[in-house]
Amino acid sequence: MRYLGLTEADRGEMLNTIGAGGIDALFKDVPAGTLNPQLDLPLHQGELEVERAFAAMAKKNVSPMEVPFFLGAGAYRHHIPAAVDHLIQRSEFLTSYTPYQPEISQGTLQYLFEFQTQVSMITGMEVANASMYDGATSAAEAVLMAQRITKRSKAVLSGGLHPHYRDTVATLMDQTDQPHVAAPVDLAGNEDLATLIDEQTACVVVQNPNVFGHLRDLTGLARACQAKGALLIVAVTEITSLGLIMPPGAMGADIVVAEGQSIGVPLSFGGPYVGLFATREKYVRQMPGRLCGETVDQDGRRGFVLTLSAREQHIRREKATSNICTNSGLCALAFTIHMSLLGEAGLTRLAEINHGKAVQLAEKLSQMKGVAIVPQAFYNEFAITLPKPAAEVVEKLVEKKILGGVPASRLFPGDKNLTNVLLIAVTETNTEGDMDKLAAALKEVL
Amino acid sequence: MLNRQGRPTTPHAAANSAVTGTITGNRGLQMEEALIFEIGEEGRTGVDLPDAPKVKDRLGGLKRQGRIGLPGLSEPQVVRHFVRLSQKNYSIDAGLYPLGSCTMKHNPRLNEKMARLPGLGDIHPLQPASTVQGALELIDQLAGWLKTLTGMPAVAMSPAAGAHGELCGLMAIRAALKARGDVRKRILAPESAHGTNPATAALCGYTVDPIPATAEGRVDLDALQAKLGPDVAAIMLTNPNTCGLFERDIKTVADMVHAAGAFFYCDGANFNAIVGKVRPGDLGIDAMHINLHKTFSTPHGGGGPGSGPVVLSDALKDFVPVPYVVHGSDGYRLVESGDAKSFGRMKAFNGQMGMFIRALAYMMSHGADGLKRVAEDSVLSANYVMASLKDVMTPSFEGPCMHEALFDDRFLKDTGVTTLDFAKAMIDEGYHPMTVYFPLVVHGAMLIEPTESESKDSVDAFVTTLRGLAEKAKQGDQVAWFQAAPQLTPRRRLDETRAARSPVLRWKPGSNGAPIDKAAAE
Repeated sequence: MRYLGLTEADRGEMLNTIGAGGIDALFKDVPAGTLNPQLDLPLHQGELEVERAFAAMAKKNVSPMEVPFFLGAGAYRHHIPAAVDHLIQRSEFLTSYTPYQPEISQGTLQYLFEFQTQVSMITGMEVANASMYDGATSAAEAVLMAQRITKRSKAVLSGGLHPHYRDTVATLMDQTDQPHVAAPVDLAGNEDLATLIDEQTACVVVQNPNVFGHLRDLTGLARACQAKGALLIVAVTEITSLGLIMPPGAMGADIVVAEGQSIGVPLSFGGPYVGLFATREKYVRQMPGRLCGETVDQDGRRGFVLTLSAREQHIRREKATSNICTNSGLCALAFTIHMSLLGEAGLTRLAEINHGKAVQLAEKLSQMKGVAIVPQAFYNEFAITLPKPAAEVVEKLVEKKILGGVPASRLFPGDKNLTNVLLIAVTETNTEGDMDKLAAALKEVL
Repeated sequence: MLNRQGRPTTPHAAANSAVTGTITGNRGLQMEEALIFEIGEEGRTGVDLPDAPKVKDRLGGLKRQGRIGLPGLSEPQVVRHFVRLSQKNYSIDAGLYPLGSCTMKHNPRLNEKMARLPGLGDIHPLQPASTVQGALELIDQLAGWLKTLTGMPAVAMSPAAGAHGELCGLMAIRAALKARGDVRKRILAPESAHGTNPATAALCGYTVDPIPATAEGRVDLDALQAKLGPDVAAIMLTNPNTCGLFERDIKTVADMVHAAGAFFYCDGANFNAIVGKVRPGDLGIDAMHINLHKTFSTPHGGGGPGSGPVVLSDALKDFVPVPYVVHGSDGYRLVESGDAKSFGRMKAFNGQMGMFIRALAYMMSHGADGLKRVAEDSVLSANYVMASLKDVMTPSFEGPCMHEALFDDRFLKDTGVTTLDFAKAMIDEGYHPMTVYFPLVVHGAMLIEPTESESKDSVDAFVTTLRGLAEKAKQGDQVAWFQAAPQLTPRRRLDETRAARSPVLRWKPGSNGAPIDKAAAE
């Protein structure tokens, strides 16, 4: 067994040292009759056999590399520079634990400090934490944080919020029977959430651009929240958008939660991703998750440590701000490296390309009979209405070897108004040829 | 030297060189490294992107005004920066990493390769089911392994880490209680529990009632009986427990808990000790999370990502989160909604697929025979460490232990050396310290988990080192040496009080290369 370090002779010597007659003597506390069950599982295999098994499973999937690909809805296909994947696989990053011993973890701690800085900068906020599981769980944690800060219970959830985010928030709030109001589904992108805010409202959660692609100015909503003493939580599912559009911080957000997958993290069927969480400095002691801070060592040299841990479960136990422990360290590293490679110029250009291509495709599709582009203002994703159910159209496109988007019915099952709505995302990975193929195939299918 | 912005090109060089005696502050291969914000400059980038299409924007007037402030670096600069940072980290690849409760075992590179296969690493979570049959099959296969290894009928795959799995388990329990019209308010957990247990219980609105341990480091059955009542929703018990011991009365505990109408949640963080050897399902538990990033070796990555599937008993198996995979006549599909008994969704999309791939590759590589060996060797190594050190250090409880050996600080009594000093001295010897000051139930705890990955030579060298340090501490005149440790690391002990008192949580423009105020530091 290639991963085990002991030989039979070692095992015998070690048992002798211990003074145990056999290995099962060490398991003497296990209740009678439960030790060494028969397990109906295969025996060990070599690398080659395991590789074959995985290759066979991989082959049963359609890789986005093989076909024109337009799926988004909270997870986006972007090009990841080769250096990112190389660097995150360095042993010292890949196989280290949470940096509990800072003297021998400065590598991890420094990149977390850089990550926190990058996230603060792009969201337009003052501070960010060292990552959460994903965007949806970040949103749920943000609601709890708003409740702690405002000492109020109610959350108002936008009708343009990604249903996975909405449901993740609701699941957590349901545990303590906290009230949450989900606004009606906002396909038109003109909801007015201000009317739903009252004296019990802890926060309003709104996504920008929203799940249908609508890009909106949230400054009015921020003012309405402030007037009633509620916090504005802005969710961003496509983080590259902030290379081009006004950040939530500039619109008056109190907490920004985001999915960081678009920078450095592969699609991987939905996880692991990296949740971003940023807020105002005055709320830092109410934040969930780990925080890395700058300090000095005993020789006066700059160094970094995990800090403000009096908020966390390993210190505060049932009074902690969250139960989160393991988060998304390595994905945060991938994000930091990719963002470092992009820099200001690269991120801006990347966002311009994404938007420009999306505008090109929108123009192409809007000329088709029976097709209408839903949002006026958008970034790299937009909903379109079709003359037929979108799920059927997507299946027909699969037959033509095109992954044509996400039918809204996948996210909003049973909503009759959305049956014919399709969500289409465009990134730098889409060629003009891809777009022409999609348009041509749609023409045939509709 | 200054760059064009007038920033020192090696920030803090003055403070550092005073320590190292070198001009740069470097010490041979130990390189000082500035923050990327101090290295980068405008007008440089590490990516080459084509021009954006010339179109009229449709941003509704919401274009960003002004700069973000991100630095520009070339690819070689970025690579060097992160390589230098990496060299400041300890890792399991570089040495024994005996962090108790964390299971720092070898991370096979085959698993990394599998997770990156086209068709696995690059597929989108919302692709039509017909285009991801292999991915759904993979999840189903992994679920099958987990159910067989635990002897449990169901498993919820979506939790993102251990603590998220705990949340899933308590949500399932709450849903099951609700379904029978039963409202309960208390969770019982031993004082030695991981901090995540009480924190999770609080998230679900429960109050946490601690159960004391016996002198043998196990649950006190009388105390448990006294605490059980009609308002107890569940017990959260780690097994093997955080003292590294198997809860030998676990079946009695299960019976008592069930007789009170409550559920038995098992924290599976220590499953490595019994995988392939004992099925938790045979012990009477109702729910248990499995840290794929511990027992099944998906890399810890400096603090995640993890994955925490939760196995469930017959009583809980209907109360699962969405989505989950089902297998019908037309292949696999995901159930994402419409299940009335489900308690809802815990995160976006379908779970930590990248971790599922790695864990399944690990399981297939080991097989039933190899996994059993994993448990046996990890327990053997921990007992060997305990036996080899018991004359110079103080084990907290009578063995045998499971996969980790717990010591306390009695052996340091009257030496002036603390558990922390002892741990820091290990760093200079080239070892990552064991888990210290946890569990809370023994004084100055040192929890050592060698794992099955280590050869006997490696464990012997580790034992020799600890013996040497214990003897050195007992000499009585070495306090200052211990207190000064570590001295050979990229940084020495860091001022955590300063970090918490006036938090600096990000770099800010203008703080480029600001010299550290040595006086303030002292």
